[in-house]
Amino acid sequence: MVISRGFRGRRRDGPPDRVPPGQYLTDDFPVLSAGPTPHTPVEEWTFSIEGGAEPVSWTWDDFRALPSETFTVDIHCVTRWSKLDTVWEGVSVDTLLDAVEHDAAYAVAFCDGGYTTNLPLEDLTGGKAWVAFGYDGLPLEPEHGGPARLLVPHLYFWKSAKWVRGLGLRDEDEPGFWESNGYHLRGDPWLEQRYWGD
Amino acid sequence: MPSSAVIWLSATVAGIVSETPRVRTLELDVPGWPGHRAGQHLDVRLTAEDGYQAQRSYSIASAPDDGVALTVERLDDGEVSPYLVDEAREGDQVEVRGPIGGYFVWDGEEPDPVLLVAGGSGVVPLMAMARHRARAGSPAPMRLLFSSRTLEDVIYREELDELGSRGDGFEVVHTLTLEQPSGWTGYSRRIDRDLLAEVAWPASESPRVYVCGATRFVDAAADGLLELGYDARWIRTERFGATGS
Amino acid sequence: MEVRDLKLDGNAIGGILLELVGTDMTACGSVCAGCGAREEMARLDVYPAAGIVVRCRHCESVMIRIVQGRGRTWLDLSGTASLELG
Repeated sequence: MVISRGFRGRRRDGPPDRVPPGQYLTDDFPVLSAGPTPHTPVEEWTFSIEGGAEPVSWTWDDFRALPSETFTVDIHCVTRWSKLDTVWEGVSVDTLLDAVEHDAAYAVAFCDGGYTTNLPLEDLTGGKAWVAFGYDGLPLEPEHGGPARLLVPHLYFWKSAKWVRGLGLRDEDEPGFWESNGYHLRGDPWLEQRYWGD
Repeated sequence: MPSSAVIWLSATVAGIVSETPRVRTLELDVPGWPGHRAGQHLDVRLTAEDGYQAQRSYSIASAPDDGVALTVERLDDGEVSPYLVDEAREGDQVEVRGPIGGYFVWDGEEPDPVLLVAGGSGVVPLMAMARHRARAGSPAPMRLLFSSRTLEDVIYREELDELGSRGDGFEVVHTLTLEQPSGWTGYSRRIDRDLLAEVAWPASESPRVYVCGATRFVDAAADGLLELGYDARWIRTERFGATGS
Repeated sequence: MEVRDLKLDGNAIGGILLELVGTDMTACGSVCAGCGAREEMARLDVYPAAGIVVRCRHCESVMIRIVQGRGRTWLDLSGTASLELG
């Protein structure tokens, strides 16, 4: 192996109980995107849940009238950066699912631009997931998924789908955009579930 | 394509040229290098003592007959460029893979006029073309429109002055977008349609065009040329993403 | 930093494809399965995301997806109707 003397990269190590295996800390907030930034005006924005007993939908005003919370979480991207103590504001997915009668075990998040990601309902409930509309005290910027994105911080950040517009409830796990092409179905960073077969 | 192009080769830093405060050229000794064409790039891979690796692409600055030289701009939050610009010394080793690219290349075999449009470090692959033209004695008229922030940031300034003074059909037109020295008579703004109209060959000459630099710069310049009546098929582009300039 | 500053082109995946296919692909013609547009691969839009996403610059539909990890590459070409090689 050819070692480049003196090379370290920008990485910073962090406390092992906060930084999952194979991750490095970053202070900035890298923008990664699978496509051009959508710009849905909030007047046209809706969030829907389909696949339950009946479809349910919220307009932006309906959505913002729901109980919301400010919370601080660590986030971990499969591209190996982790960012600690990020502050968000959003509506718990539990609150949204409470409006729907269903017996689904899985969900697919769908988004402006066509991105999808799949999750077991277990990973979306019990206070583990939000639809976030604020980051660091300000409205969520389009480049980071605004007006609203899914936030599921205990899984790799590709599950925190930007520009989320709803959830489809499913009986089976339906691989999304990345899960159908190499990335792990579940994506737990503490088990380093990055790729198929991990 | 030679099979050596798909594997990583060991490269040793054989020479260093400081181009500007943020830009440095590394001359590499690469045993087994299969040769390259002007405009191609290669991938550089660095491995740290603990096995951590990072990899980035850099355009080859040297003419095809002049070995392998890379010109690298330091990005403030870069992973690889700070090492190459600030740390690497003669004798240090990196790995390279390439050459890469069959689209953004100029071989100098046709006599058609060539317009090169460079934004900052986007000049690197275009400099390989200019150097190749000089080496090969190509008769094709070649004009470089080069946008930099300040005079101090102009990469290859002296060499470009020298190439442009030979009277052999190579010309350089500079624009300095942030700050100009007193007495500056050149352009002092970002490239726009009017500037292109004054500098670019008329569309009737069917020139070949190569545009390289930050993504927004490249897209704007290409659109500007289309508005001047250029055919999209004459224009070859390479986007560098977000750069320091 | 905006996505339109970070967007690259097919030149940026030249190295990956050279390693996978053994020959340069940046000059290869491609046909979008979404709209039929024909472009050299170097002229496609390349987005760096969790993996790499290559989109048609005319209709923006996904033409190629690339994920690399643990020594393997997953390559999805389902959005590319055809490639012109050689």
